[in-house]
Amino acid sequence: MVKTSFKIGNVEFKNRVFVASGTFGYGDEARELFDATKIGGIFTKSLTLKPRKGNPPPRIVETASGLINSIGLANIGVEKFISEKLPLLKQSEVVIIANIAGGTIDEYCKVLEKLESANGITAYEINISCPNVKEGGLNFGTDLKATAEITKIVRRLTSKPIILKLTPNVTRVSEFAKVAESEGADAVSLINTLVGMAVNVKTRKPKISTVTGGLSGPAIKPVALAKVYEVVNAVKIPVFGIGGIANTNDALEFLIVGAKAVQIGTANFINPNISVSIANGIEKFCLDNGIADVGMIVGTLDTTGNESVLKSWL
Amino acid sequence: MIQKNFELTKITPINSSITKLAFHAPEIANSVLPGQFINIKVDETTVPLLRRPFSVYYVQENSVEIVFGVMGMGTKKLTLKKIGDMLDVLGPLGKPFNVSDNEELSILVGGGLGTASLPLLQKHLIQKGKKVVTFLGARTKEYLLSSYLTDVRTATDDGSSGYHGTVIELLKHFLFENKKKNCKIYACGPTPMLVTLTNVTEEYNIRCEISLETAMACGFGICQGCAVELKNKEVGFALSCKDGPVFKSNEIIL
Ligand SMILES: Cc1cc2nc3c(=O)[nH]c(=O)nc-3n(C[C@H](O)[C@H](O)[C@H](O)COP(=O)(O)OP(=O)(O)OC[C@H]3O[C@@H](n4cnc5c(N)ncnc54)[C@H](O)[C@@H]3O)c2cc1C
Ligand SMILES: Cc1cc2nc3c(=O)[nH]c(=O)nc-3n(C[C@H](O)[C@H](O)[C@H](O)COP(=O)(O)O)c2cc1C
Ligand code: FES
Repeated sequence: MVKTSFKIGNVEFKNRVFVASGTFGYGDEARELFDATKIGGIFTKSLTLKPRKGNPPPRIVETASGLINSIGLANIGVEKFISEKLPLLKQSEVVIIANIAGGTIDEYCKVLEKLESANGITAYEINISCPNVKEGGLNFGTDLKATAEITKIVRRLTSKPIILKLTPNVTRVSEFAKVAESEGADAVSLINTLVGMAVNVKTRKPKISTVTGGLSGPAIKPVALAKVYEVVNAVKIPVFGIGGIANTNDALEFLIVGAKAVQIGTANFINPNISVSIANGIEKFCLDNGIADVGMIVGTLDTTGNESVLKSWL
Repeated sequence: MIQKNFELTKITPINSSITKLAFHAPEIANSVLPGQFINIKVDETTVPLLRRPFSVYYVQENSVEIVFGVMGMGTKKLTLKKIGDMLDVLGPLGKPFNVSDNEELSILVGGGLGTASLPLLQKHLIQKGKKVVTFLGARTKEYLLSSYLTDVRTATDDGSSGYHGTVIELLKHFLFENKKKNCKIYACGPTPMLVTLTNVTEEYNIRCEISLETAMACGFGICQGCAVELKNKEVGFALSCKDGPVFKSNEIIL
């Protein structure tokens, strides 16, 4: 038996594979295809105080090995989530980490308080990093002072783990991770999408309605790995690695670099069962290599000397 | 909804750019409803990254058929498949046409490859004992997909088959002559065709369901990417993959 569980704060999770916010609805849409109790948990679509309709179409465009989206945090709002989605999720024993977004610090707090009184949420992920909405709130992720302030305030509202979700659209993401850590965050997750753009050359129009959007998918994996590497070397709190993970090997790369756990995003759209396959794949990798605990892989990157050119291609 | 690899059993080129594929998939063949679609991962690479949606064209003897035209990389790669290859299919997906209304005459309207969802629909309507007439439009005779369909009237841009002009003009003539009928229109085709059609159905006050081809990332409701604008501003948007692809023509903004 391989040990797959790990802890964030005082919470133990079954394994280190999760589905990322916004890429698995509220956890109920693919019930027929996917047993969410087999993974560490589901990060919900970002929840806001009021329901949000989201941006006008077109909201998505495919790019080389990637996807640009401009959903605009469309969601049913925290109250409907609590009344319509949470009861079912609780019944099925799926671990739910609520992802929270807002336009003001007050809005983040109100959403968190409502969820806190509803019961059934295991941890909170604070989204300060969505590139697709105009309102000020999500620029928290590009302002060190605001990141500090929001972390400090939400920290006081709950004893459950607080995970700050960081944006790669800054010069040094590790500065933001350090601030989150010093204000009491239990973990950080990165990366959210990179600002991206695609143009139709015939019409000379942008291919999505908001001109720019968030790039995700395999195309961003090298960037994500580098950002995770930067952050794990700057903080002691756990890091969730996100960005372009599409198979077991991709997930292992993030763990080796130092991520304690991973979140799968865009790959769910192609294979709704991919997170379970990856969780199983990691366990098998450990079995095959005589590793007793998945945690023994975490942060084992060997940067001494150079990989021979020939080997590095393998 | 299932996700599975199915064996490709038949490849039929319809013309230089349209291909029909059949695969053995009892689970889908026995459950799919007209207007529903399947989402195919054309190969294991990340180019193209996403699945490609196709209407179920027809089902027979546990096999499912699709027809498609070459648009880009995904459909190009599909044409390179060989019999015996496995196809990674997710489906059936989406809300079907509502065939339970009590119309006296069902009118099917298809433009170009939009015809792809009509044969299965006609089959279900006829099974319900309904009288059906079908209008097909295409660029030329070669692009008319009339197999499996009965009582078909055609229109082509070049006049090579049937009416010389658009399928909606042809439909208008028909509606003018058959004014008093209690009919319902079911349509699928390019957006400009659907826009004109919607105007016509409003003018004649006819119920109409249309099937949309919206860009999709997932196809089953988890990405929120396939939003369609609703006339009801309160609600705002619907998801084409889950709330559609079939909508009442008077509920959406095209
Ligand atoms: C619910 C649904 C059902 C569909 N059913 C069918 C079907 O039965 N048969 C069929 O042939 N197609 C169908 N389509 C359209 C089909 O999914 C696209 O043609 C396909 O995804 C194109 O993929 P590609 O990789 O070849 O082209 P891409 O590289 O994605 O696109 C290449 C070019 O084609 C354009 N394009 C993409 N889709 C369409 C489209 N639908 N119409 C016109 N131009 C397009 C793009 O804008 C781009 O310029 C359906 C779409 C939906 C949403
Ligand atoms: C369609 C879509 C919607 C997303 N919505 C959210 C969201 O609501 N909140 C959030 O924190 N991140 C959201 N994300 C970002 C993902 O959670 C993830 O950080 C990003 O996509 C990178 O991972 P990936 O390459 O595996 O997709 C969204 C991503 C996509 C593609
Ligand atoms: S395509 Fe993902 S929600 Fe419709």
